[in-house]
Formats: sequence, structure tokens, C-alpha cells
Amino acid sequence: MSAELAEPASKIELPAGVGGGGDIPSFDVTLRVRRYNPEVSEDATWDDFKVTMYGTDRVLDALHKVKWEIDGSVSFRRSCAHGVCGSDAMRINGRNRLACKTLLKDLDTSKPITVEPIKGLPVEKDLIVDMEPFFQSFREVMPFLINKGHEPTKERLQSAEDRERFDDTTKCILCAACTSSCPVFWTDGQYFGPAAIVNAHRFIFDSRDDAGDMRLEILNDKEGVWRCRTTFNCSEACPRGIQVTQAIAEVKQAILSRKI
Amino acid sequence: MQVHKYDVVIVGAGGAGMRAAIESGQRARTAVLTKLYPTRSHTGAAQGGMCAALANVEEDNWEWHTFDTVKGGDYLVDQDAAEVMAKEAIDAVLDLEKMGLPFNRTPEGRIDQRRFGGHTRDHGKAPVRRACYAADRTGHMILQTLYQNCVKHNVEFYNEYYVLDLLTVEEDAVREDGTPYKQKRVAGVVSYDLASGELHVFQAKSVVFASGGAGKVFKTTSNAHTLTGDGMGIAFRRGIPLEDMEFFQFHPTGLAGLGILLSEAARGEGAILRNSEGERFMERYAPTIKDLAPRDIVARSMANEVREGRGCGPNKDYVLLDLTHLEPAHIDAKLPDITEFARTYLGVEPYTEPVPVFPTAHYAMGGIPTNISAEVLQDNDTVIPGLYAAGEVACVSVHGSNRLGTNSLLDINVFGKRAGIAAAEYSKTADFVELPEDPEAYTIDLLNIARNGTGDEKVALIRKDLQDTMDANMQVFRTADTLNQVLRDIESFEARYKNISVQDKGKRFNLDLLEAVELGFLLELAKVMTVAALHREESRGGHFREDFPDRNDEKFMKHSMAYKDDHAPADGSAESIAGIRLATKPVVFTRYEPMVRKY
Repeated sequence: MSAELAEPASKIELPAGVGGGGDIPSFDVTLRVRRYNPEVSEDATWDDFKVTMYGTDRVLDALHKVKWEIDGSVSFRRSCAHGVCGSDAMRINGRNRLACKTLLKDLDTSKPITVEPIKGLPVEKDLIVDMEPFFQSFREVMPFLINKGHEPTKERLQSAEDRERFDDTTKCILCAACTSSCPVFWTDGQYFGPAAIVNAHRFIFDSRDDAGDMRLEILNDKEGVWRCRTTFNCSEACPRGIQVTQAIAEVKQAILSRKI
Repeated sequence: MQVHKYDVVIVGAGGAGMRAAIESGQRARTAVLTKLYPTRSHTGAAQGGMCAALANVEEDNWEWHTFDTVKGGDYLVDQDAAEVMAKEAIDAVLDLEKMGLPFNRTPEGRIDQRRFGGHTRDHGKAPVRRACYAADRTGHMILQTLYQNCVKHNVEFYNEYYVLDLLTVEEDAVREDGTPYKQKRVAGVVSYDLASGELHVFQAKSVVFASGGAGKVFKTTSNAHTLTGDGMGIAFRRGIPLEDMEFFQFHPTGLAGLGILLSEAARGEGAILRNSEGERFMERYAPTIKDLAPRDIVARSMANEVREGRGCGPNKDYVLLDLTHLEPAHIDAKLPDITEFARTYLGVEPYTEPVPVFPTAHYAMGGIPTNISAEVLQDNDTVIPGLYAAGEVACVSVHGSNRLGTNSLLDINVFGKRAGIAAAEYSKTADFVELPEDPEAYTIDLLNIARNGTGDEKVALIRKDLQDTMDANMQVFRTADTLNQVLRDIESFEARYKNISVQDKGKRFNLDLLEAVELGFLLELAKVMTVAALHREESRGGHFREDFPDRNDEKFMKHSMAYKDDHAPADGSAESIAGIRLATKPVVFTRYEPMVRKY
């Protein structure tokens, strides 16, 4: 615990070359962007944009460069630009990722980088999809604490272990990278999808919550957890590193073992 | 154009907006208009914690918290507001816990607390553990918890509706002393639906502004791309003053070159700052609480180390945040996200290597003036009935000239709740104010100017030039020369802005068009900030004038109030600079006399 830490030294010898150094290399990349605008045409096309970028740049920086310097009509959502707001999930080289967390230098820049909207949700324009079906599924699992007991005057007590039990699933930023990477969701839009299950998990395993059975009942539906085929796409897609498939498995297990 | 009618309209769905909506939605017919999906709001990027004197791990009380807030703000804090915030902090944390927020816990199962900059035991004697937290994603957990509770209470959201105008009317009224004046009243707002490009007018008895800050006036910033000061800009254009806009907080530990925030919680958990000589330099600047001094002091100390040649890296332009003496397991448990940022964006492993950091523009202390009931003021003391503001867009003023870490998450919860209750209660007794004729006319013009422009100026380039001059001349150190340079630059940007064109001419999801509108707000606000900074010929909190390095209570122990006034002469006099009129407002004192601010 911090209170017991020894005071750090007033002065230390810094290792040579600390903090990095040298010029940041620049390179050219081609961004191949999926374009769709029903005001113009019902057909989607690919547009290539060549831009000069730097080693610390992310895919989002390249998209901004395209939008700000070449074609202002290229449309995508973004906000925080460092992986916490969940606005810019997209398919980059065929994988679901956040554009603001994907460094260009980690991709093969010798070939065009393909950027497409996430799959399974209706495309509105270019990289922008209709998120409403996704949030509808989220709302259906009752994603809020339900406690039937009397409210204490101070906080409810919860042991550190009980708090840790659902820590992983509290990290979800609702970016939809997991749900839109799921092959079941692509073919069956009614499926709740991984993100809704993750958010149900966050409450089912919270020791303060009293409505776990109701959520398990909801997820025992034919469009619930049993549609999961354990392909692990969701876990690989999650930009927050949540063990999504494991969370789904835990919910399945809870349905099987619950006492009603 | 469509017209909607609600008792209460809330503009913005970050922490303050959703906290207000939870209260208002249960009392009155409420709509929340937000330019982002609610969970995208920048409250979610807040990391370290939310202070409240729960005294769960050591002795503490709200009076000490009040004092720290007042001293942290260099005595420009309105002390009645700081008392409200520190007192109601305790319930604000407990409310969130009861709503489900998963705070970290002590071994006894209570909410755990940790140290944070400027928060001290017994009026500055030593750091105190006051910040309640959920790892280093406290803001994320607050945003998620509030959204979850909005879902629970069926709050009605209009997602991706950009509010672009506030509808007010002016009535003749007479003050108690018999002087006539124009009383503003609120009628509603005009919003632009991103999906369709259509305008929607919302008539409302109460309007709550909770639209966040304006950090994008700077280049190096922790703020989201969408933080373009829309709410402040709209209010200002409608004749509402902006208070204390010269005070902008630079957070000490942004990732060097990127501005991405590394929470003060790192230093709260024991990390320290070092210069190129490996020195823990904060020992020289704040001998008592060292690295846990308030942000303005740490940021200035860092900038000074760099100026004096003790910066690190090939260009000697940053310092180092050293966590290498902390246990990796401790780092993983308490600071997982920010250490991941260092790995992802700089390729630095914080277990073994110090992380390059430099101050990053972080938070507007100033904003739309309100009283402690979150009612917006049209001058020093006249309330605009039905208009409320809370969070970063507002200035109540609990942060004075420098906000303490964690007090923004507190501010949004305390004053968001107050605004939501007050707005709903007001709507029960008030009637709708009749909409002005052609309520959308102003907004149509605003959009048409951007959409139909045929000039050759690019929005992104003007914005970049603005951000460059703000970083160079309006950052941690300021002088009359640098500030005048900014004003000259902005004058040229305003001229260029009249000559822009946007490429996207469509109606659906036209973000190109909205970026042009947002740049208009940024230009307007950058100018207000700079004019106020030029006028304040002293150094206080986050505002440091090298040509006036001392605090001057005699002349400047007062809030600044900037009014849009197209008739203000451009005569170079201190109180009026082309289009902006400056006035002052007294600071509210209750129990603390100003003292020299040392840590």
C-alpha cells in the first residue's frame, strides 16, 4: 500500500538513452476506405488515399489526415482518441479494432490498409453504422444494479474479493467491436451478442445485486447465451482486453447451476 | 423543422448531464440532447478518483476538503460553493455506490481512498487519502453507472443531436432599487440531427447546459476531439457572460508529444517526477507535499525544468514520470489503464522505464456563471429563470483559478444533481415561454454560411493554426507580448474563417459541416480566454504572467466576466477589445482569508 512505501531517492542515475530518442520515422501508407453514401448511390465502393504518416500515428490519425486534407466527406465517428470512449470501432485489415488504438507501424504498411465499417449493423454512411440495435440488446439485459434490501445509510459493504469477481466485465466501453465480430450475430441480428452478455455478467456476479436470476432467465432465451459457438472472435476483438468468451461461459454455467 | 415540447431539456450526456437527467427524469418530462452517444462522453476518460471526506481509511472531514479546494484555487474560489461541494461530496459518493458503482474496497469492505494532489490533512499538514476510486478508470465507471441508471429510469435521449442555439427572450423588468433592466428568459434550444441534417426545435420550461469543456482550442490536450466549447459559445453569443475564462488547467502528466492523460493517481500511488539529471525536482518547488502539489504548480515546475535545460529526450522537451520503484503487481492493481497507454502509444514499459511526460491542456475552470443552485446568471447577480448549467461548461465557482484533481468528478455529481432537481422543480411552477419568431433562423444562417462558402480556406488548417498559437503563447507561461500575438493571430483566423468551404454538401452525417461550426465556437472562446488573460495582470493559480509574476489581491481578487458586445470599441483599452467587454464579479468569502499559497 502506498502509505507504507519508502521515500524514493532524491536523485538517481538515469540509464543511458532513457526516454527514447532520435527522429520519428515517416512513411507513406495507402488507406483503402469503404465508402457508402445512399444520398449519392446505393452501391458501396473502395477509395484509396495515399498519405504520409509518422511512427507514432494511429489509423485514426491517417483517417483524420484524409478527411482534413483530401476528402472532407469521408465520414467516421471518433471522440477521445485514446481508446476509452468506444466511438471508432471499425474493421481494419479484416479485424475489428479501435482506430485510435491501432498504430500504423504495427500494420503491414507495404500494402493498402483496408478500413471498413463493423459488420452486422446497418451502414449509414462510410464507416458509420446504426448503433441502435446494439444498444437495444444492452438495455434488454437490465444493465443496472437491482438491490431489494434496505438502503444502508453509508455504503454497502463488499469484500475486495467480491469486487474482484466481476472486475473484468466492468471495463466494457460499449464499442461493439466484440458483438460485430461474432459470426452468429452476423447471421442472426436477434442474438443478444457478446457485449450485452458481458454487461449482464457485470451485474450477475456483483455480490450487491439481487436480480441475477432474472438476467439469467433473459439470457436463457433462444437468442441468448446458447447461440454462442465459442469462436473467441469477441475476446480477440475486445480493445479493453476483456475475456469475453470466458464471461459468456460463466453465464452459461450459472444458468445450468442456478437454484430456482 | 420539427418542434418538440418538454418540461426540461438537458444539453449534454456526460456526467453532469446524466446526473441531472436521473433527478429531472423522475420529476418532470425530460429530454437529453447529446452530440455523442452518452457513453462516449469525456467524463469516461477521467481516471484517478472522486474526493469526499468519508474518512474510511484515515481521519478527514469536509471542512479540510473545503479549505484545500479554496487554497488549491488560489483563493479565487467562491467559498459558499466550495462548502456545498465538499459537504455534499459524501452523499454524492454514496449515491453512486448505491447506484452500483464498483469502487475499489478496503480490507473491511468499505470504499477505498487514496492520495491526490493538493488534498491534505488539517489544512496542509500532509497528504490525505480522500479520493474514492475504481482502479484508474473512475470516470469510466461513473459514466457507465450514470448511463445504466438512465436506462433504469427510462430517460429519453436524442443521440447525436447537436445543440447549436439557445432560444431566449428579453422582457422589461425593474430592479428592487427601481432601475429598469432587460430580463432574459429561456424558451428552448435549436438542435441539428446528425443523421438526417434536419433541425429540431425543443421548447422547454427549463434548459440545463451540461455540454463540457473547450480543450480543443489547444493542440496538446487531454480533451476529446469533440470538446469544442459549444455550450459556452452558444451562451456567449446569446449575451450570457463567461466567467474566469483566462484560467485553463494544464495537467502535468500528459504523454509527451501526444497529450494523452496519465492520471495524478500515479503520483498518488507513489510515482515521482524526475528531470534529465535524475533529480526529484518537485522537492525544490513544493518541499512539503512535493509531487502531490496542485497541478498548476507541478505543471509550471516541469515547464521550468525544461526551460532551464533539464528536459529529457533528443529535444530536451519533456520530463519523466518514474514508477520503476513501485511493485508491478501494485501498478497492475491500481493503474492498469494508464500504464497500458504508455505501452501502446509510446512503446515504454513503465515497470522498468520512466515515462516521458509534459503538461497537457486539460480543464476550463471558467465557464457559464451560475449560483450554488446551478442557476445561470445574466450578470453578477441576476438569475435567468429556467436556465441552468453544471460541470465543466459552468463556473459556480468551485475551482477558482486552479482545480484540484478529482474535484471535477465531484463537481459534475454535486451540481449535476442540483441542476436536475432545480430544473424539474422550476418546470412544475413555470409556464412555457413563447418561442421567438423563426426560432431556427439564426441556426439556418450559421449552417448556410459554412455549407455554402466557396472560399479556399480549410477548416482543419485554421483550427491547427489556432491550436499552434494557443500552445505557443497561451500555455503555462504567458506575457502581454505572447497574448497580443494570439489576439493578432485570431484576428487573421477570423478573416480566414469567413472564407472557408466544406467539401461535404450532403445532409446525412455531415461531420465536415459540423467541424466548421465547431471551429466558430473555438475561435470565439480562444479569444475570450486570451482577452481575459491579457487583462489579468497578475499570476494566480493556472494563470501565470511572467510580466506580473505575483498574485495581486488588491487589484485582482475578483472574477472576470466577459460579455459579447459588438459595440465594444477596439481602442486597446484594458476593458474592451473588439467585440468583448470585460467586467468583474466579487469573490464570495465565508471563512478563509487569503494567505500565501505554499505547499
